[in-house]
Amino acid sequence: MQIFECPFCGKRNETEFHFLTEAGKERPEPAEEVSDSRWAEYLYLHKSPRGKTNEIWVHIPCGEFFILQRDTVTREVYQSISLQDYRMEGGTNQTK
Amino acid sequence: MPSERQREEPSRSAENKMDNYHIGSLITQGLKKKPSWKPAWRKAKAKPSYDVIIIGGGGHGLATAYYLAKNHGIRNVAILEKGPIGLGNTGRNTTTIRSNYFYPESVALYDLSLRLYENLSKELNFNIMFSQRGLMMVAHTPTQMEICNRIANAMVINGVDGELLSARQVMERIPLWNKKKDARYKCHGGILQKRGGVARHDAVAWGYARAADGFGVDIIENCMVEDFLLEAGRVKGVATSKGEIRADRIGIAAAGGTPYLVAKLGQNLPILDYALQAFVTEPIKPCLDLVVLSLGTGTYVLQSDKGEIVFGGGLDRVPTHTQRGNLPTQETVVSGLLEMFPSLGQLKLLRQWAGVVDVVPDSSPLIGPIDTPGVYINCGWGTGGFKAIPAGGWLLAHLIAKDEHHFISEPFDLNRFNTGRLIDEATGSGIAH
Repeated sequence: MQIFECPFCGKRNETEFHFLTEAGKERPEPAEEVSDSRWAEYLYLHKSPRGKTNEIWVHIPCGEFFILQRDTVTREVYQSISLQDYRMEGGTNQTK
Repeated sequence: MPSERQREEPSRSAENKMDNYHIGSLITQGLKKKPSWKPAWRKAKAKPSYDVIIIGGGGHGLATAYYLAKNHGIRNVAILEKGPIGLGNTGRNTTTIRSNYFYPESVALYDLSLRLYENLSKELNFNIMFSQRGLMMVAHTPTQMEICNRIANAMVINGVDGELLSARQVMERIPLWNKKKDARYKCHGGILQKRGGVARHDAVAWGYARAADGFGVDIIENCMVEDFLLEAGRVKGVATSKGEIRADRIGIAAAGGTPYLVAKLGQNLPILDYALQAFVTEPIKPCLDLVVLSLGTGTYVLQSDKGEIVFGGGLDRVPTHTQRGNLPTQETVVSGLLEMFPSLGQLKLLRQWAGVVDVVPDSSPLIGPIDTPGVYINCGWGTGGFKAIPAGGWLLAHLIAKDEHHFISEPFDLNRFNTGRLIDEATGSGIAH
């Protein structure tokens, strides 16, 4: 059992968390000017990177959405960042 | 990693056909003190260029090369595999073959595969041990039974065999099913697809490899593709761990490795990689003569020819690129099995393993060209790639040879995400994969 950290509730079992999508996607706007392929890209396409990455997860019991920074190959978990902090740092999918 | 030490032979000419396996050869070889069986395929050395390169030496890649040669007469083909062939998902699945899908597009695809499987041992002159023992989908609640009704209707309308069974009929076929009063997942009925079954997965890879090799296809093992060679925006070959190999047309059949490869061409795909686990117990006497899938627990189970109970369940819920499963999913799958068959709780698990599966939002594969001219992909089979090997190979070969879709693969093109015409089998056939 792996331990993930919720920015609100602290360290919890991995089964309490749910993966949503890769971080750093910007919703294209305004809607009238967005092409079908651009919209499809936003909705469906992934970079699916190997290595360190930022992902959006939700802690199911408390409903908190946050950024989980982890490695998709080694499965190492680096840190959890609340969306607010992440936004302020101007974060993207790319890790530094 | 034995291949480096073995002798690398020059390409076999198209006329130099493989030896046929038959009863005569079996007796002759059996009577010899030292049988002189030839290796089923050569350890080929890469030529500087080919007409077509296939990346990925699993079932789909090997089948693609075979059908390129057989159906389209394109024999100057190389298969590049980063390890030994058939050791990715082809050697890691639970060998189930079925075509009980909901949408006509899916049924056309998977039933093409099933029909090709039905004749495959004979066609390849290689026993893939295809056993059409039947596949039972078991329902536990009236609601699930209604879903079964809907799927069975769809199957019949789509021209595939699907038989709706009552609880009693299901129990007659699966006597070990949990009948206790306090059972959480009581049997409420089910669907039987009699033509469904299992095949030996290694034999499918080996059979296609041997037959493709017989046509002169070069199977190059331990050859990792590192980058693509481009000229004026068109693909001209690949850079590999064994040097550059040139070809104007490239087919990618690398399952979970596909996003990583096409990212080098600047292409993103609607794919997330997950680990999918499977388990094998110690062998016991025959007790289960069909493949069982429970709609309630999500666990599926079969008994191998050796007597082992082979089973698996849903995906790990954490995206990953490593062939290793996590413990919570193991617990869910094993408890699902014991809920269905409490008597199997006495058995020891011999092995547990995982493969990396490429999951698409609508649970249907991606077959088609990508943005870079000359590159075609066949991936996104998620948890169900093994059953689709012959069709995947057949359709990718057609696409590469003609540079246009076969009508069966057309709906599975990548442009369905732009048009919104998804083929959502996760909701369609109630199988979460």
